[in-house]
Amino acid sequence: MAKILAVDDSASMRGMVAFTLRGAGHDVSEAENGQLAVDAAKGARFDLVLADVNMPVMDGISMVKELRALPEYKGVPILMLTTESHTDKKMEGKAAGATGWLVKPFDPEQLLATVKRVLG
Amino acid sequence: MSTVSLAQFHQTFFDESHEGLDAMETALLALDGGGDKELVHGIFRAAHSIKGGAATFGFPDMAAFTHEAESLLDELRDGRRAINAGIVEVLLRSVDCLRGMFARAQSGQPLADASSEALRHELAAMVGRTLAAAAAPARRSDDAATGWAISFRPHKSMLAGGNDPLRLLRELAELGELQAEAELDKLPGLAALDPSECHLGWRLELRGEVSRAAVQGVFDWVEDECDLSIEALPGAEVHHVPVAAVQASTAPAAAAPKAAAREAAAAESSVRVAIDKIDSLINLVGELVITQSMLDTFREDFDAARLEVLQQGLAQLARHTRTLQESVMGIRMLPIASVFNRFPRMVRDLSQKLGKQVKLDLVGEQTELDKTVLEKIGDPLVHLVRNAIDHGLETPERRRAAGKTDTGTLRLEASHRNGSIVVEISDDGAGLNREAIVAKALQRGLIASTDVLTDEAVADLIFQPGFSTAAVTTDLSGRGVGMDVVRRNVVDLGGSIQIRSAAGQGSVFTITLPLTLAIIDGLTAMVGGEHYIVPLASIIETVQLRNEQLRTVTGGGELFHFRDGWLPVLRLQDAFNCGGGRRAIEQGLVVVVEGDGSRVGLFVDELIGQQQAVVKSLEANYRRVAGISGATILADGSVALIVDVAGLSRQMSRRRAA
Repeated sequence: MAKILAVDDSASMRGMVAFTLRGAGHDVSEAENGQLAVDAAKGARFDLVLADVNMPVMDGISMVKELRALPEYKGVPILMLTTESHTDKKMEGKAAGATGWLVKPFDPEQLLATVKRVLG
Repeated sequence: MSTVSLAQFHQTFFDESHEGLDAMETALLALDGGGDKELVHGIFRAAHSIKGGAATFGFPDMAAFTHEAESLLDELRDGRRAINAGIVEVLLRSVDCLRGMFARAQSGQPLADASSEALRHELAAMVGRTLAAAAAPARRSDDAATGWAISFRPHKSMLAGGNDPLRLLRELAELGELQAEAELDKLPGLAALDPSECHLGWRLELRGEVSRAAVQGVFDWVEDECDLSIEALPGAEVHHVPVAAVQASTAPAAAAPKAAAREAAAAESSVRVAIDKIDSLINLVGELVITQSMLDTFREDFDAARLEVLQQGLAQLARHTRTLQESVMGIRMLPIASVFNRFPRMVRDLSQKLGKQVKLDLVGEQTELDKTVLEKIGDPLVHLVRNAIDHGLETPERRRAAGKTDTGTLRLEASHRNGSIVVEISDDGAGLNREAIVAKALQRGLIASTDVLTDEAVADLIFQPGFSTAAVTTDLSGRGVGMDVVRRNVVDLGGSIQIRSAAGQGSVFTITLPLTLAIIDGLTAMVGGEHYIVPLASIIETVQLRNEQLRTVTGGGELFHFRDGWLPVLRLQDAFNCGGGRRAIEQGLVVVVEGDGSRVGLFVDELIGQQQAVVKSLEANYRRVAGISGATILADGSVALIVDVAGLSRQMSRRRAA
């Protein structure tokens, strides 16, 4: 069981991610945007962060930069949930310090497979 | 693994998408004035979320449509394309089209239709794409080999990005038989070793029938964080395989959830509740539990000396219960903004159509209303706004002639007032046309030519069924659905509507609504030994009559003089067929009530007092009873019926007309 933070401004997406991961026995917290995610991450040590790219207040790319600036989040896997049409966003995310990405649309099985891949 | 049903997220997706579409529309209308980057970003984000959700939750047609709108928005966002009225117009149509798709999704119909397809092609053409050409995927090919030699040298920083080389090696080992040899040449001495950096490299040999894509897939996240070479092993067999097979395998996933869409159509309507409201509820319940356990100590150990503590505890309990009640009601309360939001678009379209200039002011959009009230107040408001633009506000020429500014102002304001919600629709137009209304009423025989009418009485005439003064009925208003329907809708919600109008200065329609339908303030009355609740909002006055004030008319009806007219008396014990009540008018009381536009005096034995009543549906628990709108439970546990004032006055006027 891992402590996972799911970040997405869309409640349905976030709900799907959280529900799927909880079903697999993980301890999932949710945040609506990058700023709330950074705030949450400061208060708890997450093993994995899954974040949407396009979000109000603070987008996913800025969130990765902020998290990587925290000593306790160096080396913690951060995956971007991105749409295939934005290949440049994947690279931008990587440059900001993201571990990898999961391309939308994904189904629960793909999500679990990817999470398993990162957490081992 | 058990499969997660995506259908359970459909309702959330629909709800948030409706909000997204509303936000898009509001922002697009604001863009009409000129381009603000943040607005464009917001519109893009909303479209992007809908696209992502539609693709994820099994609505490929919607995803395909939104994809084209998003491409156009992307160009606006990058500044590659300038915003103009034409683009705003196309995007507004796209919002409407998506609304249609959502409506069809909720009823389980196919999402795309001829008009959505036409608009999708129009959008695609705008961004310089022809869809037929884009549909055919480029065929690529891949190499497969019986063995690969891989050189993998992570950059020092790889660990900081969350990628562990060991994980990659393990993934490779799952593909085939892996031999790894570490390269230690970059490894510094112990003193200089930083454990957060990666110093190792590997020479790998992977044996087995593995495609190059599969090997590359393992390294997809770290391509820019390592030096990587992947070569076929010397002597290995290499052959080409087309990639099309891989793409085909993903296709059924998108088509499958059709049945799930239908499942979602049956889903119940839901309310989104702010976390702080739920937190406050949990807090209150916590307090309640504490108070209860404190009171519980009196069960075992009651001592008169502790009476004061008991009284304090009971007072606390009463306070918590009241606050809890308010908080629970609060869950059903939603801001009126969701209703107001539709008006900027509507006003824009209508005023353009009619050649009028209208400025719309929305005030108090955050005022909260019960969800049921909110759902039902939309139509009456739409009607009033249409009327205001069609009949109230004048054309720029006529406004100029009347010495006003070219642009008329339409104002919608919602506010809390004395425990009710007040919604005002005001315009600075021509005001009610008294002559036209009186003429029409004479023509329809609603009034006699000798009648002297107050302004109030004239205004009241427009609420008569089928009343319309518009000389030419436009397709906007005056389609037979008149102000009488507006008033009935408002009255059915337990509210009332008033008009103030001044010739040449405009009109104000004031709608007063109860905060909630679940609780009413009522006056408890006794009739034949039974309790009845009369909704306080409908009560005008309570009077005690003397015998000589009562007139009996032919047919057995009774009238009494009230203010400047005669009102019928309705004896509740006769209306409800429950004998045993007082007969002599002097011994009881007459409660003057107004419902559905007419007044009547309800004769009751006595009044007990004012109280709040939690409305229980009689229909759901028993059956519909004429003249009764529901039931409630009194403090002593007995049941009291709630009088349906509007229903009773309708019965009365029918009886009088017959």
